[in-house]
Amino acid sequence: MLAEAWHYLTTHLAQFATAFGVHVAISASALALAALIAIPAGIAVARRAGAALAAINAANIGRTLPSLAVLALVMPILGTGFTPALVALTLLALPPILTNTIAGIIGVERDIVDAARGMGMTPREIRDRVELPIATPVIFAGLRTAAVQVVSGAVLAAFIGGGGLGDFITAGIAMMAVPLLLVGAIPVTLLSLATDFLFGMLERRLTPRGMRAK
Amino acid sequence: MSWFLRNWDQVAIALWEHVTISLTALSIAFVLSLAIGIVAARNERFYAAALAVAGFLYTIPTLAFLALLIPVVGLGRTNAIIAMVAFSLLILIRNVAIGIRNVPAEVVDAARGMGMSAAQILARVELPLALPIIVAGLRVAAVTVISVTVVAAYVNAGGLGTLIFNGIAGDHPPKIWAGALAACALAVSVDLALSAVERSLRRARA
Repeated sequence: MLAEAWHYLTTHLAQFATAFGVHVAISASALALAALIAIPAGIAVARRAGAALAAINAANIGRTLPSLAVLALVMPILGTGFTPALVALTLLALPPILTNTIAGIIGVERDIVDAARGMGMTPREIRDRVELPIATPVIFAGLRTAAVQVVSGAVLAAFIGGGGLGDFITAGIAMMAVPLLLVGAIPVTLLSLATDFLFGMLERRLTPRGMRAK
Repeated sequence: MSWFLRNWDQVAIALWEHVTISLTALSIAFVLSLAIGIVAARNERFYAAALAVAGFLYTIPTLAFLALLIPVVGLGRTNAIIAMVAFSLLILIRNVAIGIRNVPAEVVDAARGMGMSAAQILARVELPLALPIIVAGLRVAAVTVISVTVVAAYVNAGGLGTLIFNGIAGDHPPKIWAGALAACALAVSVDLALSAVERSLRRARA
């Protein structure tokens, strides 16, 4: 079975490379878009209690929505293909990044912020040089969760014509061709594990030296 | 909307299937995690190993997991339930173990001083005190399982995903709307219900 899958892979290398490329491109763009929206939004609301609570509640509801349901709901509105899938995946990546940005900034101890203010820092300096660096590990943990979720969600993009490695899986299941579905399922599992590992490393690397666990 | 009104029975049946599959998987995962979590709470190395395995399983994309099980168990409900149990283990084991560990040592000592056996301490002191954290884990696991069940329709497990897939295949948007919105509503209401249970448990303990 594995040998057959390997044979299929080597004889359809170009097709596989395209699908793999689309998978990585759609995941990376969705994550980047979600970060560009959710991190500034999180920073903006974090120090306003009411707004922060509203944002966290909205994110919690967003987090419970089934990925496939979100992808399916986008389809009747935006149609099929890469862009609708990108929109859906971006929506799915927003909640963990938003929640963690807010939690990271709120988690900065009041005393530290007071000390910074006492040193004469402006609110902007406090944000850029105190709050954000301390919150970075938590924000990165959110990005990591979102990244794994997006790589996993991108498999489902195949159902709405988004392309990616999910195409091999859906074709394999439809034709009951096990080697074909393995060509999709094994690489995407490895991609997901690698993403988790990579972001875990970045998370440790970006933790300010004084805050690292010994 | 008019499609939904004419076919509400179809949606109701799919919803019922969805709930039964999810509940079956959640019950199996809960029993397994309770046993593993109780051992893990007392053994650091076992805890680390259990979380590493469960974390690995959790990282596998849903559809890939369902697909990888096809050569082993074929299509159908068994396939879906195995995948869902695998996805719930991480959060459930972690919360059971952390919940038990968070019980203050003095409380356990006092129970021992009163002559309780280890089993009695577990059943009457540790698990009841760990309950809010365990319910918090169940809430996340329940939402995860409901979400996986939607995808599992593709491997013929039934449930609300069936409406979505039939809607996509037949280019029939009302079916997609009905299936997807019902799945979202189910996930959100289960989440809200279990978070209410969690809050009332915490209040009762406070």
